Amino acid sequence: MKPIAFDPALCAGCTTIDCLMKCQYLNFCGIDDARTEKLSINEGRDSRVLHECLTCYACQEYCPYDNNPFYLLVERQEEKGLLPAPRPILEEQLRMMAPKGRIEKKAVTAPVVDMCAFPMLTACIRGRLFENASTIVGTDIFCNIMWLHFARNSVIQERVPEAIGKIMAFYMGDAKTNELVCFHDECYGTYTSVAKAYGISVPFKPVHLFDYINRRLDTLSGRINPLNQKIAYQRPCSNRLSPETDRVLDEIFKKIGVERVPRTYDRQKALCCGGVPRAHQRDELADELVEKNISDMQKTGAAYCVFNCPFCMATLGMEVAERGLMPILVSDLVQLALGE
Amino acid sequence: MISGLIQRLEKIVGSRFVSGAAEELYLYSMDPGTMPQAYPDAVALPKTVEEVAQIVRLAGELKVPVVPMGAGLVLSGLTRALRGGIILDMKRMNRIIAVNPMSRYAVVEGGASQGMLQAFLKKHHPSLKHSMPDAPPIATMAGNMCIHGSGHLSLLGGSHSDMLTGMEVVLPTGEIIRTGSCSVSPDWFGRSPLPDLSGLFLGWAGTTGIVTKLGIKLFPNYAFNDMLIFVCEDADAMPDVISRLTGVQVAEDMTPWMTPKPDWAKGFLHINIAFGAHSKKELTFKRNLLQASVRHYIDQKTAGFLPLPPTQKGRFLKVPSPDLARFADLRRGGGFEYVGAMMAIEHFPEAYRAGLAIAEKFQVSYSLGARIIGAGHAMMFFFAYAFNRADDDDVRRASLALEATNEAAINMGGIPWKAEMPVQRQIIERMDPETFALMGRIRSVLDPNGIMNPGNWEK
Ligand SMILES: Cc1cc2nc3c(=O)[nH]c(=O)nc-3n(C[C@H](O)[C@H](O)[C@H](O)COP(=O)(O)OP(=O)(O)OC[C@H]3O[C@@H](n4cnc5c(N)ncnc54)[C@H](O)[C@@H]3O)c2cc1C
Ligand code: SF4
Ligand code: SF4
Repeated sequence: MKPIAFDPALCAGCTTIDCLMKCQYLNFCGIDDARTEKLSINEGRDSRVLHECLTCYACQEYCPYDNNPFYLLVERQEEKGLLPAPRPILEEQLRMMAPKGRIEKKAVTAPVVDMCAFPMLTACIRGRLFENASTIVGTDIFCNIMWLHFARNSVIQERVPEAIGKIMAFYMGDAKTNELVCFHDECYGTYTSVAKAYGISVPFKPVHLFDYINRRLDTLSGRINPLNQKIAYQRPCSNRLSPETDRVLDEIFKKIGVERVPRTYDRQKALCCGGVPRAHQRDELADELVEKNISDMQKTGAAYCVFNCPFCMATLGMEVAERGLMPILVSDLVQLALGE
Repeated sequence: MISGLIQRLEKIVGSRFVSGAAEELYLYSMDPGTMPQAYPDAVALPKTVEEVAQIVRLAGELKVPVVPMGAGLVLSGLTRALRGGIILDMKRMNRIIAVNPMSRYAVVEGGASQGMLQAFLKKHHPSLKHSMPDAPPIATMAGNMCIHGSGHLSLLGGSHSDMLTGMEVVLPTGEIIRTGSCSVSPDWFGRSPLPDLSGLFLGWAGTTGIVTKLGIKLFPNYAFNDMLIFVCEDADAMPDVISRLTGVQVAEDMTPWMTPKPDWAKGFLHINIAFGAHSKKELTFKRNLLQASVRHYIDQKTAGFLPLPPTQKGRFLKVPSPDLARFADLRRGGGFEYVGAMMAIEHFPEAYRAGLAIAEKFQVSYSLGARIIGAGHAMMFFFAYAFNRADDDDVRRASLALEATNEAAINMGGIPWKAEMPVQRQIIERMDPETFALMGRIRSVLDPNGIMNPGNWEK
C-alpha cells in the first residue's frame, strides 16, 4: 500500500487542532485533550476517536493544512482491525459493489458524465442542461470512496486504480475529450482529493458537476426562469473533499434565482444525513441527526430541500417530504429553472 | 369412469360446473410440484353447502373418492385424485360472509381466497388485516387452514390453524356440522371453552370432511410499518438470535433466509423482521427494542442490521412477498417445490447445513429459509428447489433432493409440513402406533365408506 500524504510535523506545530476541535460529534475537554488524541492517532496508538468517529469526512475540510486527518484516521482504524460496521454488513457491501466485469466498450462524446455505480441516476441526464451528453455507469467504474466509512482504505487503493484503468480503456481512451464530469461529489472527491493523498494518477480531468452546471448556465442564460424560492441545502459528506465547489453552488443558486437559506447545519457545520450511522448500527444517533436536520430546515421556511447526494436523498427524502419540503437534486432544480 | 357420474353431478351443480373432459382432467391431475400425475374421473364446482353435501352423499352411494381442492397450490400433490373419483373444486364458494371488527374475526366460505379477504378488508375494514401466506393470492383460506399454514402474522398469532375460530364442515357422510363457538352461538369468536372438534379437520389433508365456512382471527393493520434485516455470519448463533429477537415480542413476522443468489448474500444468514405501530414514535420504540435484544452480537461485530434507506424498504414490506414466487420461476418451466418442516428452533444450524449439503449433492438451485411460528415456539424451515418441468433430469434431481431433505428433516426431529403421500408414510413410521391407530378409528367413524381423499395418511 502506498503511504498516505501526511506530515506529522504539521500537526506537531498546529496551534488549533481544528480537525478534532471542530468535530461536531466528539467532545474534547479542551485543546490539550484533542492534541493528545490526535498525537495517539498519528503515532499509531489507540484513541477513542478511532472508535467513536462517525466518518463524516468533515475533519478533512477543517484541517487548514490539508494534512489528511480523516484519511489517516481511517487508515489507523483499518490497521487496528476496528470495524465501524459489523463484519457481515461490510462483507455484503464489498461484494455488492465489487466490479462485476459487465463493462463494454462504448464511444463517448463530450460532455461525458460519470454516474458512478448507479444506473438509476442516468435518468437525471436529460434536457438542454446535458445536451449530447454520454453517460458511463456500473460497478466496474465505481469510485469506491464509500469504504472510508468502513475502515477499508485498502479496498480504495486496490479498486480505484482498476476503475480508472477501465474508464480509460473502455471510454475515455478513445474520446475526443479529456474531461469527465462527475455527477456525484464522491467521484470527484476520489479523483481529486483521494487520488492526491495516495498518489494515484488520474489520466482524465475530473470536472465537478457544479462547475459543469455553472458553465452550462452561462450558455443557457436566456432560458432561465428564476424560481424565486427559498431552498435548504443538505451538504453531503463527500463535498468536504472539494470545499471550493460549495461556492460554485452558490453561483448556481444565484443564477436560477433561489435563496440558499442560512441554516444552522450548512456549510462547515453541515450535519450527516444519518445514513452512515445506520450502517454503523447507531440508529438512535441517526434518528437524532435526521430530526436535527429536518427541524433546522423547517425553521427556515424553505420550500425545497436540495440534495446533491442521492444517498442523502434516499435517507432523508421521504421524511423531508412528509414534513412539507420538496426533496430535489441540484440538477433537477436547475432543470426546473430551465423549464424542463 | 363410473357410469352416470357426470350426469348425476350435473344435476347437483349444473352442467357448466362439472367436467369429465380430457383436457380439464389433465389440468386437475397434477399440481406445480414433483408428484406424478393422478387423474380424477370428474371435477365439480359446488356453489352451496347443500350442493357439497349432496355430492358427498352421491360419492358415498357410488363409493367414489372425493378430493377437496382449493387453489391446488399445496405443491405436495395433496389435491391429486390418487384413486380417481371427484375433485371438488371449492373456488365458487368464495363469499366473505362477515367481519366482526370489535372481536376481530372474519367468517368466509370454504373457497374464498387469501387475496379476496385481503382486498375486502382493505376496502371495508382498513384498520384490520389477516395473516397472509406468501402463496399466490388465489390460494384459499380453507386449503391453507387445513394444512396448518402460516403467514405474515404467524409470529404474533402462531400457525393459521391457531387463528381459526370455528368451522362449518360437511362430513364424509353428508351431515353439516359446526365446530367452535358458532356451534352454540351466532358469534364465531373462538374455539374455547368447548370440546375442540376443529382438530378433526386440521392437518388431515382433506381426509375427514369438507370445510365450507371458517372463522379466522384478524389483527390491527398498522398505519406505520417497518422492516429490519438482520445479517449473521454464524449459523450456530441463529437459535439464540431468534430467541432474543422473538423475546421482545414486538414483531409480526420473522423470516430467516439463506440463498446463494444474489452473490453478495451467499453464505450469510438473514432474518427479515416485520413490525408495525400506530405512530412513528411507537415504531421507533419497537425498533429500538429489537435492536437492543441482539446488541451483544452487534458489539462483537459478528452480526448487524442491513442499512436500508426508507425508499428501499417497500419491496420487503409487500404482502404477500414476491420473493419466493420469483425464485419459483428461477429455472423457468414452472417447477417449484419445497420441503417445509416444522421443527424446534434449536435445529436451525443443523437444518441449514443439511440444506446446503443436499443442494450440493444433487446440484439443484436452492433457497433456504424459515418462518418463525409463535413467539419463537417453533419454525417452519423450508428447503426450496426450483426446477424446469420440461427437463426430466432437472425434475429427477429435484425429486431426489426433496426425498433426501424429508429424510434429513425427520431425522433431526422435524416433521415435514403438508407432507406428500410417500412422506406421510415416513412420518407414520415414526409416529406413536397408538396415535396412528386412533387416527384410523376416527377416520372410519367419520368416513365409513373410505371416500375422502383416499391414499393419504395411510400405511
Ligand atoms: C410461491 C409459494 C409460496 C407459498 N408460501 C406459503 C406460505 O407463506 N405459507 C403457507 O402456509 N403456504 C404457502 N404456500 C403453500 C400453499 O400454496 C398454501 O398453503 C395455500 O394456501 C394452500 O391453499 P390452496 O387453496 O392452494 O390449497 P390446496 O392445495 O387446494 O389444498 C390443500 C389441502 O387442503 C385440502 N383442502 C382444500 N380445501 C379444502 C376444504 N375446503 N375442505 C377440506 N380440505 C380442503 C386439500 O385436499 C389438500 O389436502 C406457498 C406456495 C407457493 C407456490
Ligand atoms: S490534521 Fe491538521 S488540524 Fe489536525 S492537528 Fe494536524 S495539522 Fe492540525
Ligand atoms: S470524520 Fe467527522 S466524526 Fe470523525 S473525527 Fe472527523 S469530524 Fe469527527
